[in-house]
Amino acid sequence: MCGVCGCGEGHSHSHDHDHEHPHDHEHHEHEHDAMHSHAPGLSPKRMVQIEQDILAKNNRYAAENRRYFGERGMLALNLVSSPGSGKTTLLTETIARLKDDFDITVIEGDQQTARDAERIRATGVPALQINTGKGCHLDAHRVGHALETLQPKNHSLLFIENVGNLVCPSAFDLGEAHKVVILSVTEGEDKPIKYPDMFHAADLMILNKTDLLPYLDFDSEQCIQYAKQVNPRIKILSLSAKTGEGMDSWLRWLKAELELQRIDYA
Amino acid sequence: MHEMSLCESILQVLEQQAEAQQYRKVKTVWLEIGALASIETEALRFSFDIVMQGSLADHAQLEIIEVPGQAWCMPCSRNVVVQQLYDLCPHCGSHQLQVNSGDQMRIKELEVE
Repeated sequence: MCGVCGCGEGHSHSHDHDHEHPHDHEHHEHEHDAMHSHAPGLSPKRMVQIEQDILAKNNRYAAENRRYFGERGMLALNLVSSPGSGKTTLLTETIARLKDDFDITVIEGDQQTARDAERIRATGVPALQINTGKGCHLDAHRVGHALETLQPKNHSLLFIENVGNLVCPSAFDLGEAHKVVILSVTEGEDKPIKYPDMFHAADLMILNKTDLLPYLDFDSEQCIQYAKQVNPRIKILSLSAKTGEGMDSWLRWLKAELELQRIDYA
Repeated sequence: MHEMSLCESILQVLEQQAEAQQYRKVKTVWLEIGALASIETEALRFSFDIVMQGSLADHAQLEIIEVPGQAWCMPCSRNVVVQQLYDLCPHCGSHQLQVNSGDQMRIKELEVE
């Protein structure tokens, strides 16, 4: 149960369940009895206007996270990709190069296990693992709670490594400054047009594992063209987290974005 | 995409509204789903029945109002109908399109008792 937002994972309104379960299969009869005794004369059927966005709740938490990051001058990035694109290796290599100059924290989303958070902690920065269980994406609410636990410093860099999934995380705003989509060259150049939502939602695309290009038929130019077709604004960097080739541009981008968050706007 | 978690969000809204709007059961749910919202309506119906089981919306009817996709084409300077996100303009072939309708997913109204 959550003390801050009173969330209780959505069970706070489930009084009906509590009453129904002990009655097993007879609950329909009990309900009718209860209705007649408690609310006589209540018209049985009526229409209720709702007009509510299905993702409204997530978007409210995302706005709250965004305010949190803004007040602290933090840069929060939401890293999205398919499983196995090399997100965690990119992170550990990035952290190794930046941790002496910047405060960094990481939120790791995976369906199960704490393996990724352990890999991050081995680099010496704080990391919190969120296991989504049956869920296929991180949501803004869980990220908000992770922030309470992690207590990131002002002007720090927060990486949120989302669940490896090119579909669902695109619809769930976490309050980040940018979504960064990572695509490895072992995956096929048509990923951007096969999963356009994610490439449309991202501001930066990282083409990873470029050290493997000599062994593959991957057409980088075609891939970049596809990405720009679904998102004309997207910026693209090619790199190999393993060999370090191209890492400089990524680090410069990160520092520039971090600097932008540090500006005190009126 | 993620139709199951969308249904869980819908259930949360139904549960919240039950207190505010004083109802005990939901009989019908009308959703407004845009053609560009990346929602597979068949998957949504399948997930809906499963997620609503045992809740105040158990056996509720799901009605989906489909809204066509529309985008503003910059070179043509007019609205055009698009079938899916990131389609090219059906008239000039440009992909400088700004979607302005058909990406919504909203709970519109409920029949309750």
